[in-house]
Amino acid sequence: MRKLVVSLGLILGLFAAPLPAFEVENHISVGPPDARRVLRVLSTGDAEFFEPTLRDFLRNLPDVRVEYTVASSGELMQALDRDTVDMDLAISIATDLQTKLVNDGKAQPYSSLATQRLPAWARWREHLFAFTQEPAAVVLSRKALDGLPLPDNRQDLIALIRDHPDRFEGKVGTYDIRTSGLGYLYATQDARTSDTYWRLSEVMGSVGVRLYCCSSQMIDDVASGELTMAYNVLGSYAREKSNTDDVLVLLPQDYTVVALRTAFIPRDSKAPELAGLMIDHLISQGWQAAPGAFSVLEEDAWSDDTHALRRIRMGPGLLVYLDAFKKAAFLREWSSAVLQ
Amino acid sequence: MSTPIQLRGSIRRRLIIQLLTGAALLATLVFFVVRNYTRDLAGQSQDEILSASVTAILDSASVRNGELTVDIPYFAFSMLGNISDDRVFYAITRNGEFLTGYPDLPKPVAAIDLAPRFQTARYDGEEIRMATATRRLSVSGTPDFVEVTVAQTRYGLRQQLAGISRTVAGFGIGFFVIAAIFGILAAQSAIQPLRQLAGSVSRRGLSDLRPVSAPVPAEMESLVGALNGFMSRLKTSLSRSEDLIAEAAHRVRTPLTTVRTQAEITLRRVDKPENRQAVREMIRAIDESSRAAGQLLDHAMVSFRSDHLEMEDVELTRLARDAVSRLRPLAELRDIDLEITLPDAAMVVKGDPILMQSALLNLLDNAIKYSPADSIVHVSARRSGTTAEITVRDEGAGFPKADMGHLTRRFVRGGNTDAVVGSGLGLTIAHEVARAHGGRLFLTNHSDTGGACASLSFPLA
Repeated sequence: MRKLVVSLGLILGLFAAPLPAFEVENHISVGPPDARRVLRVLSTGDAEFFEPTLRDFLRNLPDVRVEYTVASSGELMQALDRDTVDMDLAISIATDLQTKLVNDGKAQPYSSLATQRLPAWARWREHLFAFTQEPAAVVLSRKALDGLPLPDNRQDLIALIRDHPDRFEGKVGTYDIRTSGLGYLYATQDARTSDTYWRLSEVMGSVGVRLYCCSSQMIDDVASGELTMAYNVLGSYAREKSNTDDVLVLLPQDYTVVALRTAFIPRDSKAPELAGLMIDHLISQGWQAAPGAFSVLEEDAWSDDTHALRRIRMGPGLLVYLDAFKKAAFLREWSSAVLQ
Repeated sequence: MSTPIQLRGSIRRRLIIQLLTGAALLATLVFFVVRNYTRDLAGQSQDEILSASVTAILDSASVRNGELTVDIPYFAFSMLGNISDDRVFYAITRNGEFLTGYPDLPKPVAAIDLAPRFQTARYDGEEIRMATATRRLSVSGTPDFVEVTVAQTRYGLRQQLAGISRTVAGFGIGFFVIAAIFGILAAQSAIQPLRQLAGSVSRRGLSDLRPVSAPVPAEMESLVGALNGFMSRLKTSLSRSEDLIAEAAHRVRTPLTTVRTQAEITLRRVDKPENRQAVREMIRAIDESSRAAGQLLDHAMVSFRSDHLEMEDVELTRLARDAVSRLRPLAELRDIDLEITLPDAAMVVKGDPILMQSALLNLLDNAIKYSPADSIVHVSARRSGTTAEITVRDEGAGFPKADMGHLTRRFVRGGNTDAVVGSGLGLTIAHEVARAHGGRLFLTNHSDTGGACASLSFPLA
């Protein structure tokens, strides 16, 4: 499946740019093919979600074309860290990797009226700008839980799985944090917040948890009944797809980790002005095509119980779990809990 | 009279410049001292937090199953993010061998002991502050040195310093402005007694040579002392010369009286017309001389009495009548009629009657002297607001217009008086008397007849 996407992306991308030195998942080109100016965006966001935003952005810029390349957060990190690609804007949900790239000097500063409007937690060093808040959600199948009390925190989930292993055996999914940057971010922030995470991981491991690369696949599998529960799913995607009554999106009441989808202008960007306009657009318009995500400007509009939300703080603290030693140790511990 | 005064510098300007320079130097000093102090302080707090971070990481290093693990605590880095948005780098080595972090971070200075050490270096195009500490662990009996370096850029520090510098600079400028205002005020007030002294001296009358009696600051004691001494010497010398003139006049007048008597006796004895003419000429000259001497005496008297004025009530109409009756014989000699117009009511002023009489006599005498034969001299008195005025008007040629301004100065005579003998003291006496009484002397020419018109005005009692 993934190989297919990649080769599709390669075919699409052939005319646009030299062969990139990283794994491309998808590529779209928006705007006139003979446009005078080109904005090259490297993003982790699905093209189908982003395309309307891009079209909206281009409405007032008739001579601009956007080359939108999708890659995993890990690939994006690698590509920009090694300076192997020419990109004008990097957008990623992996707040920690974005922070590290900025910390390591891969970004250039930008400031505008729109960025000044951002709350302090939504920008870092005038380099990195958050434009949506993405809570980590639990997605449950109503059908599979029929007759059981609906959980609303992790303790409930642990009890539920322990009491009804038959309903969960082989039907629990979560990120494979060894390959997914966002999965690793959610997991480390979970572990940092509460020990409950490890108990939950062990319980999920005991029922043979299935590991995924991407949120959308987990959500699809819950919707189809393949899974009873998916843990740490990108809340915005989940809400977007949860228009059926079968899928229940839960923001755990004990705490919900909130990642920030951020953008920065790579140091060697050839079109920093356009990239800046795009950042302004993302901030002020939000990510319209994904109503499940929350703009950084509507801080408290999206939850009745905001104090359970733990927003990831941009800053050097995020470098800790990216340390090679630390990461190896964390993955070891995670593997021993999940892969029993 | 007004010799140009040589100027060199200005005390006020010098004072202001010195005070401003002092204030500017002080303000600059304050700026640098405060800025450097706060810079050290800010640098110190960055060092402390870097040191805390290093210590936290070192504390997390441990040996498990004979293997070294370093479990960086989350707060070790997140606390660095609390003070600023600076970039953070770190490196962990074991016995000098790179373990994790940023391998190309500058090498820390060699350890002297296990205490944290700090250095400033450049990394990735930016200035960084590094803190390094070493910890000794023991892995299966052999010593193992773990060294942790945490570095941070100094962007936040620089911003903080720029903010502090702005504040301190504003403070320094404010300090300077306030000091400057006080300096200028101080210079003004220091110079104020000098201005006051100059003002009081220049406002004085011409003959006012009294010593300065108003209190002055200690620094001006010698100046005022010297001024007073100078004025008293001047006064002595002036009064001496006036005494001399008076004495001389007196000595000349007495023998002249004798000479005149002898001349008149001689005139009766002489028959030859040419001899009689010569003797008449002689008598006329003697008259003029004795009149001049009289005026000189009058003037000396006026000067003396003006200095020691004795005020009493003087009735001006009576004064005018007395003067007219005293000079009527002289006027009749020259066929001049004296016409007098006085109000019914009495006009009383405060003054020295002898001086006032002298002033009026001089004016009348002038009028008679310069009137053509067979003409009329008018004397009138009237009330004008708060002043009383006595006017003497003749039908002569009037005052020459060009000389109007300085006729009252001593020994100055009009340009049209060649034919008439005079001393040039009459108007001076009238003028000085008027001024001594707070009054004035007006000299005009009559608009119709062109005759001279002199008015004395005194404030009413």
